[in-house]
Amino acid sequence: MSTSTKSIAIAVMALSMMAACGGGGTDAASAGPPGAPTLEKETGGSKAKLLTEADVTLGDIDNGMAEKGKTTYDVKCQACHSMGENRVVGPGWKGITTRRKPEWIMNMILNVDVMLAEDAEAQKQLEQCLVRMPNQNLSMEEARQVLEFMRTL
Amino acid sequence: MKRPLLFTTGTMALAGLAFVLVNSLPGCRPSTTQTVVTGDAASRVYVKPGTHDEFYNMVSGGFSGQLAVYGLPSGRLLREVPVFSVDPETGYGYSEETKGMLMTSHGFIPWDDSHHPELSQTNGIPDGKWCFINGNNTPRIALIDMGTFRTHSIIEIPNSAGNHSSPFTTGNSEYVVAGTRFSVPMGDDAQRDVPISSYKETFKGTVSFIHPEPETGKMSIAFQIVTPAVDFDLSHAGKGPSEGWFFFSCYNTEQAYSLLEVNASQRDKDFIMAVNWKMAEQLAKEGKGKRVPGRHYSNWWNDKTHSSETTVVEDVLQLDPKEHPGLLYFMPCPKSPHGCDVDPTGKYIVGSGKLAALIPVFSFEKMQKAIAANELEGDFAGIPVLKYESVLHGEVKKPGLGPLHTEFDANGNAYTSFFVSSEIVKWNVEKLEVLDRVPTYYSIGHLCVPGGDSKQPWGKYVIAYNKITKDRYLPTGPELTQSAQLYSIDGDKMELLLDFPTTGEPHYAQAIPADLVKPREVKFFKIEENQHPYVAKGEKEARVERKGNEVHVWMTSIRSHFAPDNIEGVKLGDEVYFHVTNLEQDWDVPHGFAIKGAANAELLIMPGETQTLKWVPTRVGVWPMYCTDFCSALHQEMQGYVRVSPANSNVPLKGETVSVDAGV
Repeated sequence: MSTSTKSIAIAVMALSMMAACGGGGTDAASAGPPGAPTLEKETGGSKAKLLTEADVTLGDIDNGMAEKGKTTYDVKCQACHSMGENRVVGPGWKGITTRRKPEWIMNMILNVDVMLAEDAEAQKQLEQCLVRMPNQNLSMEEARQVLEFMRTL
Repeated sequence: MKRPLLFTTGTMALAGLAFVLVNSLPGCRPSTTQTVVTGDAASRVYVKPGTHDEFYNMVSGGFSGQLAVYGLPSGRLLREVPVFSVDPETGYGYSEETKGMLMTSHGFIPWDDSHHPELSQTNGIPDGKWCFINGNNTPRIALIDMGTFRTHSIIEIPNSAGNHSSPFTTGNSEYVVAGTRFSVPMGDDAQRDVPISSYKETFKGTVSFIHPEPETGKMSIAFQIVTPAVDFDLSHAGKGPSEGWFFFSCYNTEQAYSLLEVNASQRDKDFIMAVNWKMAEQLAKEGKGKRVPGRHYSNWWNDKTHSSETTVVEDVLQLDPKEHPGLLYFMPCPKSPHGCDVDPTGKYIVGSGKLAALIPVFSFEKMQKAIAANELEGDFAGIPVLKYESVLHGEVKKPGLGPLHTEFDANGNAYTSFFVSSEIVKWNVEKLEVLDRVPTYYSIGHLCVPGGDSKQPWGKYVIAYNKITKDRYLPTGPELTQSAQLYSIDGDKMELLLDFPTTGEPHYAQAIPADLVKPREVKFFKIEENQHPYVAKGEKEARVERKGNEVHVWMTSIRSHFAPDNIEGVKLGDEVYFHVTNLEQDWDVPHGFAIKGAANAELLIMPGETQTLKWVPTRVGVWPMYCTDFCSALHQEMQGYVRVSPANSNVPLKGETVSVDAGV
């Protein structure tokens, strides 16, 4: 794989993405990004509401939880996220919990469409990665376990 | 803006009418001014962008063998569900897992002729759980799951030919029926190898009662009733007072076996056959009847293994009505009856003699009295024939030419299609009075009112399914589109609102409020529950293995790459099986898979699903593969290579996805 060819492709895609996203998503009531199914928010139930700092509390690392998080990671996340610092499709997870707040990570996992529509940091990341992070439909508990796993990296 | 548009529409409709009157049906079609589309028709079928239709319309594809799904009132095509025919778009019938759905006792049958969608019912009302449809040619019944809009189950019908009067349901979908259009000789080889001219002596018809398991949708044949040799056309279950009975229209009581066009149109009356299915069920339960040869396949789709499962059954339980008086009766019905429709109250059975100029309506209550009083006009091949006058509620006089099918609204009205005179006629069931008529463009076959063959019609619209469109659409060479037409039935007068083109032949259709279906929708398959033998739950499980000359690839797909995407060590003579697992866990993110030179089709893999494409490389070289379903901004990057070496090469087998460090 030629890195230079890759960056040209990314540049071209970046331009077209900008065009596609321009002007959308200022109305908070229709927070879904352009092209996202409107039903998503309805079906998401409580997930449609973003978590705040108070919703996520961290204690000492719970190895049992982290282990469960690793199991979920292997099936649903590993295709795009390395356990190192390098980006594959999305960012590597090593040290991620020092760079991002826990509720931000949880929101990206649980509510990615709203985040990509509303959160400036998430949008900045999309400009880098260009592939919208999939909603892998984790439960709140699973997402919390994944967060715990991230803390061990 | 509005006025010129109206003028144009009206003018075109009038021009269309004039064309027909002059060119095709002199004197057959009543001319009327109602062909002009009324002023607010457009707003009444307009479904604003981003909003949903009110009804699902499940429309058979006829000779396409499939089932199309439209939204009403917009007439927008939402989906074509592959049922009896292979579908390269989805890989149905091409992937290793789906091939089994089309297996029969005759081997793999890639096509059929699908006619009558019938929604499953609870308490006589469509419940939005399943949709059944019949395959005519190689007799089969399919069950479509309304949660996945996929064919979930297909059963072959033994001792059958031309499975037409099917698959109509009992009030709680205890059974759907399958009746023979063609009578045929049955039994062992010697019994079946007979002169065609021995029709009267050796040919038989059958009506089969198929039981779908409520939990799984697996289908089996509960019992089969053997009948005299006639052609069964359509059928409907009784309801309310007539619950427990089933009614079948039959023609060719002349028992002709050649030039039926003439020879089967001789008698003044053919029959509606009444079957006491509760009695048949009881007889079957008591072990009456006998198991006769009837090899058939029952195929079922397992949503956990994402694969078909086939059960082969060698025989079928047959009941002979001659041994069980009270099981079958014939009611005389004028001139080759086609439709056989039971009104919402269950009191009346409408037979539509397609060569008649009247509509006979039978009374279930009178039928019961005639049976009790033994009011017979004789027998037909040993089956009692009740007196016409004794069972008749009355006749609708001079309704039109060639009545075919009838559906109902909730206000005691019936809507009957007239093929020859190209119109829908509204009439009152109790009073037998014609209330209104509208022309259709052209030659209407079936028609549909939402819930119109059930206990509780939702009404609102009647939709005409036409056989001929002629001048209604832009021409497309010798073959023109077929079409449906939507009419409002809210008022006293039916009003034409919309024409919409259809796929294949829109033979029959049913419609159901979307609210009964939408909550059932499956958005993706949970990867944790995937039990496919070749699933790769995450890229850690992606790999390549050789078993003799078979190469198995456990492949994963996620936006936007495959793992592995570089495969080497495949040799000429190998058969490569790509088992592709879609790791996505969100709605509306299928991935496709295609490889150059594949002699079958693509795969279209839903989130959480595993599907398999078999590929036999024919030349040495490096072969491209890629994702066919646009999945992300980097979809065009979702690709890979397979290196194929000569048969005697020593290239080690490996599969990998190599990543450069793309930075943090």
